Amino acid sequence: MIARSERLMNYLMLFFFAAMALGPILIILSNALAPQGSDAGNGFLGLHPGNFVDAWQQGNFSSYMLTSVTVAVIVVSASAVLSILAGYAFGTMTFPGSQVLFYVFLLGIMVPSEAIVVPLFFDLRAVGLTNTLWAIALPQIAQSVAFGTFWMRASFRSSSKALLEAATLDGASSFRTLFSILLPVARPAVVTLVVLTFMWTWNEFLIPLVMSPNGDLRTAPLALAFFQGQHVQETALLAAAAVLVALPVVIVYLFLQRHFIRGMLEGSVRE
Amino acid sequence: MKSSPAQAAELGPGAGTRRRPSVAAHSRLTPYLYLLPALAVYGAFMIYPLIRAVQLSLYEWDGLSLATFVGFANYQEVLTDPELRASFAHALVLIFFYSVLPVVIGLMLGAVLHRARVRGLGAFRTIVFLPQVIALVVVAIAWRQIYAPDGTLNSVLEAVGLDQLARPWLGDFVLALPAVGLIGTWVQTGLVTVLLLAGMSRIPGELYESARLDGAGPVREFFAVTLPAVRGEIVVALTLTIIAALKTFDLIYVTTGGGPGNSTSVPSYEVFRRAFELGQVGSAAAIAIVLTIMIFAINLIVNRIGERESA
Repeated sequence: MIARSERLMNYLMLFFFAAMALGPILIILSNALAPQGSDAGNGFLGLHPGNFVDAWQQGNFSSYMLTSVTVAVIVVSASAVLSILAGYAFGTMTFPGSQVLFYVFLLGIMVPSEAIVVPLFFDLRAVGLTNTLWAIALPQIAQSVAFGTFWMRASFRSSSKALLEAATLDGASSFRTLFSILLPVARPAVVTLVVLTFMWTWNEFLIPLVMSPNGDLRTAPLALAFFQGQHVQETALLAAAAVLVALPVVIVYLFLQRHFIRGMLEGSVRE
Repeated sequence: MKSSPAQAAELGPGAGTRRRPSVAAHSRLTPYLYLLPALAVYGAFMIYPLIRAVQLSLYEWDGLSLATFVGFANYQEVLTDPELRASFAHALVLIFFYSVLPVVIGLMLGAVLHRARVRGLGAFRTIVFLPQVIALVVVAIAWRQIYAPDGTLNSVLEAVGLDQLARPWLGDFVLALPAVGLIGTWVQTGLVTVLLLAGMSRIPGELYESARLDGAGPVREFFAVTLPAVRGEIVVALTLTIIAALKTFDLIYVTTGGGPGNSTSVPSYEVFRRAFELGQVGSAAAIAIVLTIMIFAINLIVNRIGERESA
């Protein structure tokens, strides 16, 4: 039905836009494997994977990656637990004030980090909490809980009524209903929530930038921004560092891309 | 026969309002106990700071000494200060690059791909969505290397004999803002395209058949069938990308630092600069609150439009 020339055009278009999306990624990858400055001599097939080792060592990334992993583990696990509990209450129980409280949580999805980070910095500094993991993690837990509660509520609401009725007739406690009946069914939704929260936390920039003014607790993206300040001219080294910082989320994305795409598309479709 | 509430519910919608089964709550406090941990963190690190931001926005404060109450002076400044007004104007320019351009590209691309039923759409989706998951700091560094005086873009221009077009893109007073904007286009287009494709795949095939029977060509088919059917997705795409444009901070911080001059300064960058570099905490808070209100308003307007469409 569709002419051959039109088919060819369609594939060209597909190819062109895929190339546009991949282009900058391939450029930074090839920069990362290019020779550093003058020592163009030795390399492996003309590539210089040693740049990654140099960048890792010179940028002190082992310590910054550890900070990033620690923050991510705290934020992801805490916000998942809090969101599951809150989403369970909103999704399966009827109680006075539920609607107002739910709208209060929805509000948090829209509030930009810029608005909370200014007062938080000065208030946390006053109680001596800046330059601690808590100052970096807690605001991000609050942000993630806003989305997570919304996300888990939707998931629990869609869980089968028969299942809930059976649990109620069984006389199962509310806690048991959640953990042995609802949560196993809601596993895909929890996985989506976990990968999204991981991505947001890993990539977050403003909160760690503001909350650790003395630079003791730099997360990887933040360390990368400072690394750039010191190595502006060293394209290869900088590109290698950038690839290292992006890699963890990209790897998770390649394995669990359905969760990323589903979460970001469905999570945005408000009721 | 006495009818219990459960039986009434069994009889279906006609027999009274069917209530969702509620989990056995042994005490009226149970739901609140489940909410408590989330509410505590959320209240302390979201709601309270938001209220404090409103309070700070009414003061003039350098972050150290005693604050002076100035009423709405900081908000007045947002409206009158040329530098701040410029930063909001820059945000509008970014909205064009982050939202309008990706939606136009996504609609064209989606319409063609949806009609053609090409193979490899899955792989295509994976690739175009990829820019969304990369940390913006990394994105910024990649594009700095592309825009650099001896970077990829200028090399390409010189290779094809367009040397006179080559320039330090991010150092150009006129071109720096569109150059940063195009990075946003690169990041957002994939998300928007995937979103629109998902919407288009839900359009029933009969709609196209009847349009074709009426003798509609591809263009009329697009405007008569495809476009109205994905209105909801367009609304969502616009909301997401406009908010992303208004929240642009990392990209500006790493690529231009607001420069050259203040030709790429944006509100969120001004919040940071004023609060933590210039010691104008009140002014920073006021800008942040205006930004928050703008985001709420856009959400509200877009949701209203969405509701009217679906009604």
